[in-house]
Amino acid sequence: MSMHTGMTRRLALAAGFGAMMAAAPALAQGEIKLGAVLSVTGPASFLGDPEKRTLEMEVEALNAQGGLLGRKVRLIVYDDAGDANAARTFATRLLEEDKVTAMIGGSTTGTTLAMVPAFEDAQVPFISLAGAIQIIQPVKKWVFKTPHTDTMACEKIFEDMKKRGTTKIGMISGTDGFGKSMRDQCVGVAGKYGIEILHEESYGPRDTDMTPQLTNIKNKAGVQAVINPGFGQGPAIVTRNYRQLGITVPLYQSHGVASKQFIDLAGPAAEGVRLPAAALLVADKLPDNDPQKKVVVQYTADYTKKTGQPVSTFGGHAYDGFHIWKQAVERAKTDNPAKVRDEIEKTKGYVGTGGVVNMSPTDHMGLDLSAFRMLEIRNGDWTLVQ
Amino acid sequence: MERLLRNRWALVLALALVLAALPLVFPSNYYFRVAALVNIFALAAIGLNLLMGYAGQVSLGHAGFMGIGAYAVAIGASRFGLNGAVAMLAGAAIAGLLAFLVGRPILRLKGHYLAVATLGLGLLISMALTNEAGWTGGPDGMAVPRLELFGTRLRGPDTWYMITAGALVLGVILALNLIESPTGRAMRAIHDSEIAARVVGVDVAAYKLKIFVISAVYASIAGSLMAFLNGHITPDGTAGFLRSVELVTMVVLGGLGSVLGAIVGAAMLVILPQALTIFHEYEHLLLGLIIMASMILLPRGVIPSLLARLRGGGA
Repeated sequence: MSMHTGMTRRLALAAGFGAMMAAAPALAQGEIKLGAVLSVTGPASFLGDPEKRTLEMEVEALNAQGGLLGRKVRLIVYDDAGDANAARTFATRLLEEDKVTAMIGGSTTGTTLAMVPAFEDAQVPFISLAGAIQIIQPVKKWVFKTPHTDTMACEKIFEDMKKRGTTKIGMISGTDGFGKSMRDQCVGVAGKYGIEILHEESYGPRDTDMTPQLTNIKNKAGVQAVINPGFGQGPAIVTRNYRQLGITVPLYQSHGVASKQFIDLAGPAAEGVRLPAAALLVADKLPDNDPQKKVVVQYTADYTKKTGQPVSTFGGHAYDGFHIWKQAVERAKTDNPAKVRDEIEKTKGYVGTGGVVNMSPTDHMGLDLSAFRMLEIRNGDWTLVQ
Repeated sequence: MERLLRNRWALVLALALVLAALPLVFPSNYYFRVAALVNIFALAAIGLNLLMGYAGQVSLGHAGFMGIGAYAVAIGASRFGLNGAVAMLAGAAIAGLLAFLVGRPILRLKGHYLAVATLGLGLLISMALTNEAGWTGGPDGMAVPRLELFGTRLRGPDTWYMITAGALVLGVILALNLIESPTGRAMRAIHDSEIAARVVGVDVAAYKLKIFVISAVYASIAGSLMAFLNGHITPDGTAGFLRSVELVTMVVLGGLGSVLGAIVGAAMLVILPQALTIFHEYEHLLLGLIIMASMILLPRGVIPSLLARLRGGGA
């Protein structure tokens, strides 16, 4: 074994790595490049998967109509599998290698926050699809988001409680990211609505029985309603245990479980449960004069036809992000990142699946409480609370 | 080639040359970032390989120590106003101390019990980072203030590539020295047969503990570097169970008991997911296939198996 062959081998290896990393295909001139880093697989795939399908569907439809400003839109999607570190690497790749002029994505708050510095540094607009308020508060020049915040869900619930004359409540929350964040936000705004939280309990994301915690709440005198910030199957178990214990005060769930799956998991126990949710969930039940009726019915029809799957609000967030970006590009008459950013910030009266969006230099989300509808589960289906 | 790999200084020199030459062919910051991640994971994998490959002890919770290093620089700088470099050393000290304290009882265990105990330790650290939201920002993570050294703020993947490359070379030198030292010989004796080692007078428990502490410090430094590179950390991304499994995979894939193997294993697991994105839906399938194929064809890990082949066929 001579030294010479060894060196050649090493060189070949190095060249191989180089070739592997440089495999991005050459790009046609004139395309508008839109990036998306989404959690398509992994624990957050229920967010990333409908987001990806929605973006692909919308880009395809747009290109079929001749594209944007007469140019084709090229969507570049990377799957971070819910890993913040991978998300950051893909963000760098979108900016440095693919040279996208805008980005829609960041399925979770963790991945979004990990990517924010990259887009702020590169000065490219970034429309996040994640929930937490930290993404837009304090305002970051290049970062926007389409989903409503947890604070708004809390406010919507408290507003409904106030209408029902409820002032003293119990709270049971999940210790996962969503549950924790929403719990903190609810505690933060409870005072504003004159709501007093008499007793608080929590459960782990993989717990299978919440009876002990709920018994504590049941035994607490004066509790007029219970709120459950949580995500995944936890809230369904809470709901079932709640009925098993015969607790009669109203139970409020969060927008985190606003999917048909929750009703299936909780079964008959879900009857009478109230929760705030986007209009998209009750598209067919909205009155005809509702401003969002047209867009949510259209998106629902398109999405179910294209994918054969029911719509979720998460796909809706991606729909809104895409159209806010698209309209900004149309108004700017260019895909220049700085000009598009300015136009995104000037978005006014955009009617999307998540609500009516009015952005401003101090509000990079632009939604108000009307974005949420209060729903009640009756006969295994959603009904609008008037 | 074989002699090259045998001589530790030649290996260090070759590594340093490759690391120094790579920036010349990197077209963009993206390459610097990926290469910096390779350096960081290689550092952690080298530490874990000392434990797994030489002392023969499995740790399924090693990312926990990375988490400690990462959060040490984030919390140290943002809450205590420590300089990042000082916080990094403090993190390494904390990780080492924790490894020392829990190592004593844990390392009495063998085989599956040891693996489960380290798994538990890793999960505990990850849970603490997730739940102590007041300190760590909870599951969504926290921002890491940029490192300032001599009045300059260190930022950008190219800068961090250089720093992590330096750290990797240093880590390799220390690891190779350790392996060639009496400690290294004692470790290998433990790996081959604990009873035999004890008979010839090796203090088995003390050496295991020592190497556990050293590997924890490696992981902690790697975690700190990753935090600086990213500027934002999450509990899952640094200390999560899957991260621990990834580290073990790097070590096994590259080759147990081979410093170069740890680097190759880290490079494969960091670069492959990036290279395979062109296959879209099939990327995970292909990644699995490549790892399976390499374990079947190169069962002792990439580097040791290739070396054995070179020795058998070429010489």
